[in-house]
Amino acid sequence: MSTPVDQAKNAERFLADTVHEQRLDKLLWAMRMRRDAAARQVPEWEELRTLASEIKEHTLSNLSDYLIQFEAKATANGMIVHWARDAHEVYDLLAGQGSNMLVKSKSMLTEECEWRPFLERRGIRVTETDLGERIQQLDDQPPGHIVGPAIHKTTQDVAILFSKKYGSDPENEDAAYLAGVMRENTRPDILDARAGMTGANFVVAETGAVVVATNEGNADLSANTPPLHICSVGIEKIIPTTESLAVFVRLLTRSATGDRITQYTSTFRGPRKGAAMHVILVDNGRSARLGMKRFWHSLKCIRCAACMNTCPVYRRSGGLSYGSTYMGPIGIIMMPTFEIRKYSELPFASTLNGSCTNVCPVKIDIHEQIYGWREVMEENDQIQVVKKEAMRVADKVLSHPTLYQIATTTVSTALEVLPHFAVYNRLNAWGKHRDVPEATTQTFHEWYRTHRPKTNEEVRRG
Amino acid sequence: MNSTQALSRNTILDSVRANQPAKLPMPSIPHFHMNQHHTNQPADLVAAFCESIARMAGVVVTEDVPDLDSFQCAKFPEAKVICSAIPEYAGTIKPASLNHWSEASKIDVCILRSPMGVAETGSILLSDIELQVNTIAFLAHDLVVLLDPKQIVGNIHDAYEHPYFKLRSYSVLMTGPSGSGDISGITVHPAQGVKTLTVILSSALSPTPNASRRMG
Repeated sequence: MSTPVDQAKNAERFLADTVHEQRLDKLLWAMRMRRDAAARQVPEWEELRTLASEIKEHTLSNLSDYLIQFEAKATANGMIVHWARDAHEVYDLLAGQGSNMLVKSKSMLTEECEWRPFLERRGIRVTETDLGERIQQLDDQPPGHIVGPAIHKTTQDVAILFSKKYGSDPENEDAAYLAGVMRENTRPDILDARAGMTGANFVVAETGAVVVATNEGNADLSANTPPLHICSVGIEKIIPTTESLAVFVRLLTRSATGDRITQYTSTFRGPRKGAAMHVILVDNGRSARLGMKRFWHSLKCIRCAACMNTCPVYRRSGGLSYGSTYMGPIGIIMMPTFEIRKYSELPFASTLNGSCTNVCPVKIDIHEQIYGWREVMEENDQIQVVKKEAMRVADKVLSHPTLYQIATTTVSTALEVLPHFAVYNRLNAWGKHRDVPEATTQTFHEWYRTHRPKTNEEVRRG
Repeated sequence: MNSTQALSRNTILDSVRANQPAKLPMPSIPHFHMNQHHTNQPADLVAAFCESIARMAGVVVTEDVPDLDSFQCAKFPEAKVICSAIPEYAGTIKPASLNHWSEASKIDVCILRSPMGVAETGSILLSDIELQVNTIAFLAHDLVVLLDPKQIVGNIHDAYEHPYFKLRSYSVLMTGPSGSGDISGITVHPAQGVKTLTVILSSALSPTPNASRRMG
């Protein structure tokens, strides 16, 4: 039986290194601010979020039909469609492709299936072509963020790493220079590879197309240069039509980085002449999650990472502390579906502040699902006694409006009254490392009572 | 499909059918035209396109380009291999002359025509029709794209109505040169793709000039 990942303990190590911790916090918060600015420029932003959520819910509730439609269209377009129940079947399909070197673009699904080490053990050399993913590959680390895999590293970290691996100048920390080093070293592999592998952001049932978004153009290179393109995709990535694709393309990059679109948003509908294209539809627990009444909405995720960028716990503990493929708020609600005991402590790496839910472009009720997973862990007896106590206190306060108001009216009293572990335990692991901010003298409720417009009755009374 | 594959397919589909929630309706999707731009008049769309692509480090040329050769010589004086994928300009090579798609890496400047621009994002559309060899737009050092300003549409909803997305094997909305923010969040160009992207807004160009004019 696997040992639970101790996110809080891992986070302590990250927090001890203030240079990295403060940098990551600032960087991701800036990304969150850019996301907000981009959203404000689109008057229909909230309408788009609602549409995206409804399109995903419609598709997931008709998933079997859409999968069959995609398979038929893609096959008619000349693609070869495979079905893989789990990671093992993905391995078998890949191993049968007969290539000793392949280039690939970033794909969280391939991380989830751990197929890169699998292929490498079998003598197939894999070159990651996404800059951040390549940095992590060279450093023998998993991605720390689903959009920027090496975002937790400084330019100095990368300069030192590249000097060791590529013999570049360890003193030169210029990001453009370092990107150039990577480009020069990766280009020969792209030109020589016999196979290229990509993931997919969306799969369009109506046209049998896969859609891939990158900033570097590396997916287009990996898919177009070698004679074989293998695309692996989770079954939940399907959407009905090209018309609906527009809604997601408008939301995805704005939510991720604040840009309006990625540099390359590419649609692959079939192989080019003389080449082959394979699509592997991967389940790996997704169809089972579809049956979880409280948790199936997490399958709407489009992997923008907005929930990570806004999460105070993620920003201050780094993606690697989660010890999981998907990290941050979305990781917390996905990972237990893969292995409940191993990820039993992740639901506690949250303040339940709801910011993740507010920024989610497909309106996943992330913080409510996090709370739901805490309850599941308790029901399944997956958590330690101390956390159960903390939950009971939080539960009591949060579920009782009057108690909650009393607690927020006199924060300092509440902090004294609440057991020590309710403030400084793993519910609030990062709290150990920072001062609790001074409580404001006026709560929102008090402020509202003094500032709200007077009612007609009050006006009459003077 | 072999028996193992058929088993996997059926197991996945059975599991999906057993677990998928009760059917929920598909919403109708508006175009949001008036929200993005006050009008869809060409002048507004050109201005919006220029603003959008500049955010992504793309360069737009709005003034007249009398001939591509002089333009190309002035902008890329060191360039030796000019791949032209447009009939009105010869370049030094044509995509059809590439034996393998990886050979596109020898191209210094690639010249193409895009059938559509998108004002909302500053994107241009390219497909396997224009590219002929898809890698020319990625393995070349610099990319020059001609775009008729009348072909600029308002937003991404309009863009995805283009028939290419339902007909072509490969199509891409390209927005600026290759870039990355993967090192410490600092945006750099290029990453793996082209170093620069220049869009010339022009409905027509003069035919390929002859050599004497080039020398002059």
